[in-house]
Amino acid sequence: MRLTCTVNGSAQQVDDVWEGESLLYVLRERMGLPGSKNACEQGECGSCTVYLDGVPVCSCLVAAGQAEGRAIGTVEGMGSEETLHPVQQAFLDAGAVQCGFCTPGLLVATDDLVTRSLAAGAPPADAEIREALAGNLCRCTGYEKILDAVKLAAQRMAAPTTGAPR
Amino acid sequence: MSAPARTPAGAPGSLTGPGSSGGVGTDAARPDGTLKVRGEFAYGSDLWMEDMLWGTTLRSPHPYARIRSIDVGPALAVPGVRAVLTSDDVPGAKVYGLELADQPVLAVDVVRYQGEPVALVAADHPETARLAAARIVVDYEVWEPVTDARTALGHPRWNQVHDGTAQVTELSRESAHLHPEGNLVRHLKVRRGDPAPTADVVVVGEYEVGMQDQAFLGPESGLAVPAEDGGVELYVATQWLHVDQRQICAALGLAPEQVRLTLAGVGGAFGGREDLSMHVHACLLALRTGRPVKMSYNREESFFGHVHRHPATMRYEHGATRDGDLVYVRAAIYFDGGAYASSTPAVVGNGGTMGIGPYVVPNVHVDCFGAYTNNPPCGAMRGFGSVQTAFAYESQMDALAAELGMDPVELRCRNAMEQGSEAITGQVVDSPAPVVELLRRLEAMPLPEPAPDDLRHRPGGVSNTTHGEGVRRGVGYAVAYKNVGFSEGFDDYSTARVRLEVVGGEPTVTVHTAAAEVGQGLVTVEQQIARTELGVDRVVVAPKDTAVGSAGSTSASRQTYVTGGAVKAACEAVRARVLERAAGVTGRPAAQLRLFDGAVVGEGLELPLAEVLGDDAVEETLEWRHRPTEAIDPETGQGFAHVQYAFSAHRAVVDVDTELGLIKVVEMACTQDVGKAINPQAVVGQIQGGTAQGLGLAVMEEILIRDGRVQNPSFTDYLIPTILDMPPMRIEILEYADPHAPYGLRGVGEAPNISSGPAVLAAIRAATGLPLTRVPVRPEHITGV
Amino acid sequence: MRFLQPTTWAEALEAKTVHPDAVAIAGGTDVMVAVNFGRLRPAALLDLTRVGELQEWGTEDGVVRLGAGVPYARVITELGDRLPGLAMASRTIGSPQIRNRGTVGGNLATASPAGDAHPALLAADAEVEVASVRGTRTIPISDFYRGVKRSALAADELIAAVRIRPPSGPQQYSKIGTRNAMVIAVAAFGLALHPDRRAVGTGIGSAAPTPRRATAAEDFLAGELASAGLWESRAELPATTAARFGELVASAAAPIDDVRGTAAYRVHALSVMARRTLGWAWTEYRTSKEV
Repeated sequence: MRLTCTVNGSAQQVDDVWEGESLLYVLRERMGLPGSKNACEQGECGSCTVYLDGVPVCSCLVAAGQAEGRAIGTVEGMGSEETLHPVQQAFLDAGAVQCGFCTPGLLVATDDLVTRSLAAGAPPADAEIREALAGNLCRCTGYEKILDAVKLAAQRMAAPTTGAPR
Repeated sequence: MSAPARTPAGAPGSLTGPGSSGGVGTDAARPDGTLKVRGEFAYGSDLWMEDMLWGTTLRSPHPYARIRSIDVGPALAVPGVRAVLTSDDVPGAKVYGLELADQPVLAVDVVRYQGEPVALVAADHPETARLAAARIVVDYEVWEPVTDARTALGHPRWNQVHDGTAQVTELSRESAHLHPEGNLVRHLKVRRGDPAPTADVVVVGEYEVGMQDQAFLGPESGLAVPAEDGGVELYVATQWLHVDQRQICAALGLAPEQVRLTLAGVGGAFGGREDLSMHVHACLLALRTGRPVKMSYNREESFFGHVHRHPATMRYEHGATRDGDLVYVRAAIYFDGGAYASSTPAVVGNGGTMGIGPYVVPNVHVDCFGAYTNNPPCGAMRGFGSVQTAFAYESQMDALAAELGMDPVELRCRNAMEQGSEAITGQVVDSPAPVVELLRRLEAMPLPEPAPDDLRHRPGGVSNTTHGEGVRRGVGYAVAYKNVGFSEGFDDYSTARVRLEVVGGEPTVTVHTAAAEVGQGLVTVEQQIARTELGVDRVVVAPKDTAVGSAGSTSASRQTYVTGGAVKAACEAVRARVLERAAGVTGRPAAQLRLFDGAVVGEGLELPLAEVLGDDAVEETLEWRHRPTEAIDPETGQGFAHVQYAFSAHRAVVDVDTELGLIKVVEMACTQDVGKAINPQAVVGQIQGGTAQGLGLAVMEEILIRDGRVQNPSFTDYLIPTILDMPPMRIEILEYADPHAPYGLRGVGEAPNISSGPAVLAAIRAATGLPLTRVPVRPEHITGV
Repeated sequence: MRFLQPTTWAEALEAKTVHPDAVAIAGGTDVMVAVNFGRLRPAALLDLTRVGELQEWGTEDGVVRLGAGVPYARVITELGDRLPGLAMASRTIGSPQIRNRGTVGGNLATASPAGDAHPALLAADAEVEVASVRGTRTIPISDFYRGVKRSALAADELIAAVRIRPPSGPQQYSKIGTRNAMVIAVAAFGLALHPDRRAVGTGIGSAAPTPRRATAAEDFLAGELASAGLWESRAELPATTAARFGELVASAAAPIDDVRGTAAYRVHALSVMARRTLGWAWTEYRTSKEV
């Protein structure tokens, strides 16, 4: 089948999609966007987290056809070549990236959390961060530096002028 | 050597990093960090070529069976299928292995574990390949599996401990001999002091450790590209390119020049990528079809696609004086190696030679066995043979302390190893061994406050199982030590090629090693060392491949030590040549010159490197070895077996819902001696990550096997800690230099993985008052039902 | 495999009639796992995410009608006051990413004994509204579950909504997992006190072939509360009553040993969860204002 959708603001169209393919497979293997990672294919690890119409979801559990006409945001759409997104920069500065396989999904989940929290008036507290990121498994870091990175990102996104440039 | 015909999308390029610099001892930024946060860092599973095929593996559903016949016809008939291969299609050696070549590339006549590869399919689409594999008809004669290590060895009792000698009686059933030489992979003996000691106080305990999985997030994956010279280019996520190359060459019947490996991005390793997985398979399919072939396991297949941590059963007997001085330790340790040897011999080596912990004991009697069974093959995982024994010996120390009415930390300090002590192998510990200080510093740290009134801080979390009812707090301590590098006389070396030149007016160092970057940050360390040694800010890390000599394995906490040592030595050789050149230019003796900030400097002299080098590059390639170790005596286990020890200690604070058996780890504190922190931020990251894996084994992680079959090959039922399971940590790093090691550093990665779990277990015991002799602790163990 | 994508409820029912072997997919949190691992190859996937009617909830005659396609995340944020038990259960489900996609309708369609919504739905006496081109019918939740992953849904039917009466008293939900987040229930328990009709509702998960109520426990507790006048007096609940309630809940279970836990532990855990949740619910009832 044919699939047409918007990914990171650009129109995408792919043909010959098998109906059993996931959005994750389509992004990775058909659209040349392998940033979203396949680590479990059952919604347990969060490595494939993308925005689907602004909502973070596991792209491995979205049937390709369900994305028809939708707007998708992936890690490749965060920041730019010149300037990293504050969440990306915070993960680097805090040392929250080791093997990096969980990182793309965590960046999307963190961006969602921090954006929502700041819109609601306050950066997320530790317990909120832990509950919000419980679906993003990381095997390398023990999560401490991820927690640091989220707090750093929230601080910089609350006061964007203090965000360190890349 | 011939160049690859084409380069896949995602083939690694050189890394330079964001321009943030720093030498040894700084928190230098990762050169691959920006790529990773942009989603541009290509892992093995991200490799892609326009005309590539997808490979898939048909695996045995049975843990033990004879293959009567295989009919690949129905698979070949599926449209889109390009090749179907069995062991008949393996042109070279049919078996491979890290230490013993006993594992079939594809099953030959017999399958010895559930999930053993039987046949391969290459097709245009992964679904086509899966469908075709399902159509291969394999006729099995199913045999009864041997699923217990002691049974496999014919050891019905713990008699080795008391009889003094092992009576290895093989099983009588023919099929019970899993391998022609029998089911014993290795028996290590340590004999020291009085063979029949007595003591005032004796504690005996039997312990069991379940099978842990590395659970790296990036499943096994790679891309094989056939080359015009009849060879193959393999891009693969792995831990040791050259040991892979050796085994692949043997299986393919090709020369090393024809099998060229490049490290693809690695999504974590932790030991699970030291053995081959899809390496030979993808090459076979690529060579057969003449097309690039990608293989990428899904999570379920990953559980069958790599070795796991050995489960262990252990019996320990500790004797001490009334004052708490250890008099003797006897131990019998059984590692279930599963169907093939993998690194079981070395795991047995570690389990035996460090099997009583970092303590001084005059009389020691240890028997450590590795056995073949029909369980999944077990091999390397972070902590390698020391994780299992630490649960036992640290539990014994707590039990002994209780028996003596002594504080557990006091008992440990009283018997602690220190510099100058003899290990149970007779090896004198010839660098700092601050066991006492590690423990005392933990004790001095403040304890956490009671949990706040929030479900997320309680056992069970948001599942709302307690509002405080049944919850008791416990505190536990553990200390551990671990060898760094390969031991027992292994020729443990690494190769580094370092080039200094001026590129576009900027002095540039290129570091080329084959050392696998698996997330730990070795590429950062390579840059830091080059910056420090050559005084040049811009350091390029070349892709890791087999175009340079072996770096050895990214395991045993060894790469910063060994490859770091090689890079340092190569830099020193480059520096010597540059300074000689500068001496010729300036007329000053080289000994009065040094490299700093892109220039040759000396008293009143600053000569830019561009002026010294011009268009020339100065390049040195050399192998670097740590000081040699030696094989241990086969009867006594005595010898200089290990090049270096790493020491760490943990204090765990847990809240246990004693009525439901649920656990919330409240805080982990860790002290570790790292000799010299080359990159302090990365060191802390290793301690935090290692702590998490130890915690996971203590309270949740286990591959459950029944009758040789894996019951939980998924992240739904093989649970690893989430961010809600990991507590805040307090970490203190000590830096007591090891005079034998580059910069005085100690390997970092494994020790914290060893001491964290036993500390958690001790804390749960303290909270519950239960003996708890098996990990992972399950709720049933606490509730008693 | 076909991919059917109706945009109206009528189209969806028509498609299910024409393709009774089509598997309905909403959040995909069950269906896609099975597809990804090759365990499910349906003739067609029937995507319900375009059917607007399913994505809504409203109140009709005081009863909340929750569209089958409303994700758990919205149950938590929008219905915490009206459906507290279901909202508590929803919070324990998977991760935020899963809760953004997974739906109560999907939980019902899968009808796994471990589905997290079921104990809350049972305790609250929910009704399931199902429909086909033949018409619409309403199934009491207790009659919906027919076996392990089997329900009363006919081949041509789709789940339209669940109907739940907002609580007249406290509700609780408790679930055992061997990790502090992201777990399939080893055992789960839902409780609802219905002071308006002097009744008690319960639901047990992961401890029998289907989710089920503990009716003997419900009857016992309702009887005790009535006979001692506790609904009116709001006095403290005798510890023996709570303990007995826990025992009766546990005795309603028929669990098995599996990789997630033993049968014996499940029974034990249910008794503890039932006793504790009753304590919390009763405390809330006692300290809440009379209405």
